[in-house]
Amino acid sequence: MIELFRNLFTPPRHIILLAGALWIGLTLSEKRAARHKVNGQALNDLVFYALMAFVAGGRILFAVAHLEAFAKSPLSLFALNPDLFDPLGGLTAAFITALVYGQRKGLAFWPTLDALTPFFATVMVGLGAAHLASGDAFGKETSLPWGIELHGAVRHPSQIYEVAAALFILNLIGLRKPFPAAGAQFLAFVAWTAGASLFLEAFRGDSTLVFGGLRLGQIFAWIVLAAALVGLERLQSRLTVSKQA
Amino acid sequence: MQSTRRIWFVGILVLGLVWIGVSADRLGESTNGLIPAPQKGFLAPDFSLQTPDGISITLSDLRGQAVIVNLWATWCPPCRAEMPTLQKLYEEYKDQGLVVLAVNSTAQDDPQAIAPFVAEYGLTFPILLDTKNEVGRAYQLRSLPSSFFIGRDGVIREVVIGGPMAEALLRTRIEEILK
Repeated sequence: MIELFRNLFTPPRHIILLAGALWIGLTLSEKRAARHKVNGQALNDLVFYALMAFVAGGRILFAVAHLEAFAKSPLSLFALNPDLFDPLGGLTAAFITALVYGQRKGLAFWPTLDALTPFFATVMVGLGAAHLASGDAFGKETSLPWGIELHGAVRHPSQIYEVAAALFILNLIGLRKPFPAAGAQFLAFVAWTAGASLFLEAFRGDSTLVFGGLRLGQIFAWIVLAAALVGLERLQSRLTVSKQA
Repeated sequence: MQSTRRIWFVGILVLGLVWIGVSADRLGESTNGLIPAPQKGFLAPDFSLQTPDGISITLSDLRGQAVIVNLWATWCPPCRAEMPTLQKLYEEYKDQGLVVLAVNSTAQDDPQAIAPFVAEYGLTFPILLDTKNEVGRAYQLRSLPSSFFIGRDGVIREVVIGGPMAEALLRTRIEEILK
């Protein structure tokens, strides 16, 4: 079954899974935007421009990092190869574009993030499915009965854990009615996602190790989790004060 | 209520720290290791194949050199499209230790078409014949062309499935494996 799925979405076709998740996520967010008092069309446009910036920014920043190679073949800038891409650069460009567009259109920061939570949560499901198809983010070796044969060994199905956790979070946070405090839904999503990542990274077989065996992904996830919990605490405290007033 | 919530949050963070410590990988089991697999970070599966002239080439004999294993077929348009770039960059980088092994997927190709193809594109790197699809199976070939960029240590540094590869992509990947 897993082999059939992997054959069907073998790279570069695994991008279809991500594209599908983007589309479903955006549809969910747009439908629920009104509950957060956010204009659905403006939300749709914001995601569209951010995606455009992601694609263009990722390619441009990759080219900037490899100037010499692109100087020798400038037309490569327009090549269809998805590998000519800097994901971090793409994300930065998308974030800046969304911020600028949101400010220009007068979209309130926290309600917009809350409205986008179903989108982010669905993208996480798509990301896990894309990992399963490509064989990336693979698990460490195991003798457990549910281990899967991958890359020459029986491994933890870490990508399936990832999809299951993302679906759980989508159902628990992403599809819930708005939280009382603006921003709480988004921060709860971030906290749950970081917590799941912190837990599941332990079963990964491709972790970057630091300080004698600590997994870098877990340290990063813990920092994100701490920031999200502090943010949630502040939002809740503010809500309590305003209710008392 | 507020203090209960804070206790919960602090408890979660402490548990997180404990989990990071408990699940630390001190045995190196989370590293990709040296298991042969056609995946980035793994040892490139070894193979021995013959050229049309009957010369046998073994991948593991090329340890110490940067190797591109390119799986292709004469009928595959993207394979055709990327061959001139592959040849151009092979000429440019071969003195720095680059080896290109163009593995023809002979099991699904016309063997008679290979020589005219090589002559048409003026290919000077070794053409290997995968008549029994051994390399196709070992490298889990699902799409043509597929290219595996192997470092001097025999570990796959990058995999590019599909094509044609742009010159800049090839150049950046070659420079990475030559390091």
